[in-house]
Amino acid sequence: MRAIAKFLYGRRGFYLALLLLPPLLWLGTVYLGSLLALLMQSFYAIDEFTARIVPKLTLATYRQLVSHPANVDIILRTLGMAAAVTVMAAVVAFPIANYMARHASPRMKAVFYVGVMLPMWTSYLVKVYAWRLVLAKQGILFWFVDQLGLTPALDAALTTPVIGGPSLASSYLGMFIVFVYMWLPFMILPLTAALERVPQSLLQASADLGARPGQTFRNVVLPLALPGLAAGSVFTFSLTLGDYIIPSVVGAPGYFIGMMVYQQQGTVGNLPLAAAFSVVPIILIAIYLSLAKRLGAFDAL
Amino acid sequence: MRSRGGRDWNAASFGQKLAAFAGLAFLHIPVWVIVLYAFTTEDRTYQFPPPGLTLRWFAVAFAREDIWAALRLSLSVASVATAMAILLGTLAAFALAHSRFRGREAITLLFVLPIALPGIITGIALLSAFKLGGIQPGFWTIVTGHATFCIVIVHNNVIARLRRLPQSWVEASMDLGADGVQTFRYVILPQIATALLAGGMLAFALSFDEIIVTLFTAGHEQTLPIWFFNELFRPRERPITNVVAVSVVLITMVPILLAYRLTRPREFESK
Amino acid sequence: MTPAIELAGVSRLFGAVRALDEVSLAVAPGEFFALLGPSGSGKTTCLRLIAGFDRPTHGNVMLDGENVTNIPPFDRSVNTVFQDYALFPHMSVAENVAYGPKVRGVSETERQRLALEVLELVRLAALADRSPAQLSGGQKQRVALARSLINKPKVLLLDEPLGALDLRLREEMQIELKAIQQQVGITFVYVTHDQGEALSMADRVAVFREGRMEQLDSPRALYERPRTAFVARFVGSANVVEGELARSITGAPRAFAIRAEAIEVLATGAPVPDGALCCEGVLEDLHYHGATSRWHVRTDAGPAIAAVRSEGLPTAATARGSRVRLAWSRESIVLLTDT
Repeated sequence: MRAIAKFLYGRRGFYLALLLLPPLLWLGTVYLGSLLALLMQSFYAIDEFTARIVPKLTLATYRQLVSHPANVDIILRTLGMAAAVTVMAAVVAFPIANYMARHASPRMKAVFYVGVMLPMWTSYLVKVYAWRLVLAKQGILFWFVDQLGLTPALDAALTTPVIGGPSLASSYLGMFIVFVYMWLPFMILPLTAALERVPQSLLQASADLGARPGQTFRNVVLPLALPGLAAGSVFTFSLTLGDYIIPSVVGAPGYFIGMMVYQQQGTVGNLPLAAAFSVVPIILIAIYLSLAKRLGAFDAL
Repeated sequence: MRSRGGRDWNAASFGQKLAAFAGLAFLHIPVWVIVLYAFTTEDRTYQFPPPGLTLRWFAVAFAREDIWAALRLSLSVASVATAMAILLGTLAAFALAHSRFRGREAITLLFVLPIALPGIITGIALLSAFKLGGIQPGFWTIVTGHATFCIVIVHNNVIARLRRLPQSWVEASMDLGADGVQTFRYVILPQIATALLAGGMLAFALSFDEIIVTLFTAGHEQTLPIWFFNELFRPRERPITNVVAVSVVLITMVPILLAYRLTRPREFESK
Repeated sequence: MTPAIELAGVSRLFGAVRALDEVSLAVAPGEFFALLGPSGSGKTTCLRLIAGFDRPTHGNVMLDGENVTNIPPFDRSVNTVFQDYALFPHMSVAENVAYGPKVRGVSETERQRLALEVLELVRLAALADRSPAQLSGGQKQRVALARSLINKPKVLLLDEPLGALDLRLREEMQIELKAIQQQVGITFVYVTHDQGEALSMADRVAVFREGRMEQLDSPRALYERPRTAFVARFVGSANVVEGELARSITGAPRAFAIRAEAIEVLATGAPVPDGALCCEGVLEDLHYHGATSRWHVRTDAGPAIAAVRSEGLPTAATARGSRVRLAWSRESIVLLTDT
């Protein structure tokens, strides 16, 4: 052992390489290799008569992707949902994060921390399933709304075009609620971390200089919380773009990118189209990340 | 430290407090709904409130061999994937904790990518590679996918702890005559053990629950989440689904709570 | 006699930065040797090269005549007391101290005995079972010292060991460290940025500046015979007179150092003893320090000169803005080689 240690002394680069080699080899071949394979598949096309993949590089699949108005609809629908979910998650998360970061006693803070973390780590499928129970026609939410005498309001919401549907469990409104619920912890945690880093003295200084609470919030707290908001939104945005379980369980009729990917590779057997579809969220996320990076999102990750 | 000045926006108003607690309740209600429904006597609809409560469905579920088989597969996949993630993630954390070199950022990005990109990308990418390479899906293709996104969990936990370890402890140990292995065993390992364990548990929980990638990488094998996913579209056995849902919640809660306890900052760390 | 430590043409480059530039020095066995300099001067880099935490880009490090440049720290008979003490928090005081023998394979009972013996030396045997978190700064300092001494190293390196202590404790520990060094007879290499500490404790001091060794001498020689303007200012807080002002006083442009306490402050036009040097200027500021007071005089040639006096002066001259004459004997100046 000593001999090895002695040999490595002063060969720090060699030692680092030795440590990094196994994980890099794994991620480099398995993960990057797979991403390359994905990219390659997206440049293949399916033969319309034999329904077999033709391993020849072509842009035909991408042409198919952008020339069908239905496909463009799917992309826009997914993008719209991701944006709406991100905004709503930020609105709901802010009071919680703010309370955790600045007002809660250490004990209360621990309660909130575990309270946010546990649902976050609770089985994803079970949570989706639970929402199906909650949103179902005779389910708990309808019962509550009925008890409160708000059934007309719910009916009005469900008859609203676009977001409505026969029941909450099969409307975009219901899907939207489930998405916000699922990714909410991913927004709360970075936001809390960012708010915790705002020094108390800044707020006092602002108040001392004559700012009213609302002004302090707008001019001091919000700009400093922005990196956390950006970091959280990367999660909510990216997770919504790629999800295919929620739209298929709590479903409205329209397709989402993730569902298309899953269906094209599975039942339809058109792996090239599935691959091309999955390149779309990668591009969207890359654009979003570069925007978030400008807001300093990665300092809060 | 809290200022009590009336002008301070910071004093929590009743409305702010209410919003915070309402948000927390929102996060928890569905979990409790699941618990409630596991005991309902109604077996066809999602009727609320339940007409009656019963323990019957637990017995029915426990007698189902397909559930046990799925559970066994999920546990073995999670074990193997976690072991691989601990090994690879720890190595990476040690290499990256205190070093600076060209390309370091790119390597860090590579580790984070599997969880930064949506799971569906990892899934379809692995599937594309398996198809191109002619690899038949099975136990090891599932493990491959899980290990890939678990590495970063262990890596993040361990590197956070390593960065809090003063470099001088390692130097002091070497200075006093300990070689690399002794320094690791007597100084570093006791300090990072809990982080390692916590990372491992989170990785285990993540793998145990994974569905999005697994649906792409599994063949005919059914992990517990896949079994559950199929049940969602087969509503006849709804009470059994409810029971499995509660069991899964309880099983995953254990490693999560343990991981939380293990990584909570303790006194001696705050020098 | 073989030097305990010898650095031969040692340089350490971090990219383009020369943290240490062609340093050569030898430390005699049993010597209390100080490395003195402001932060970033290379003194800590020098220490880390001796300990083996870092390796020189050029040159060799010799310990007791043996070239150890390529020997890792765990095979060098050198131990270090760290600035932050670096006590292991998951071990008790006794376990910390016994760590060296433990990794060298000494039996449990034997190393317990050794640990108690060294703890006795630093008067901490009563706290053997405590955890480091329960100790005060001064106690941690002693545990760190005991932990290093237990290995009976040929050389003990101390990296600003008293930097984190308050003034009173620092002065106590200075005396104690010196006493322990004499008792165990180990070579001490002591890094500090505090010139008072270096002068009072060390047998010899090496003054560092921007990676180079400016001067290596006994404390007295450094104080009385600084070779460069930097050493004169940093070690003795002396006035460095150069250029036009030097020419107007001595008749030659060569820079010289004059210590503040060697300067007399007189009224303008007051008679000056034969052979004395003098200049005149305006009193800019006067700081009262109790036993002494420090005068800042802006000379007519431009640069300011500080004088430290213990006696008073005709009151007319003590007002700020009044003109004064500064005078000192020719023997009290030290000609400098460069500036």
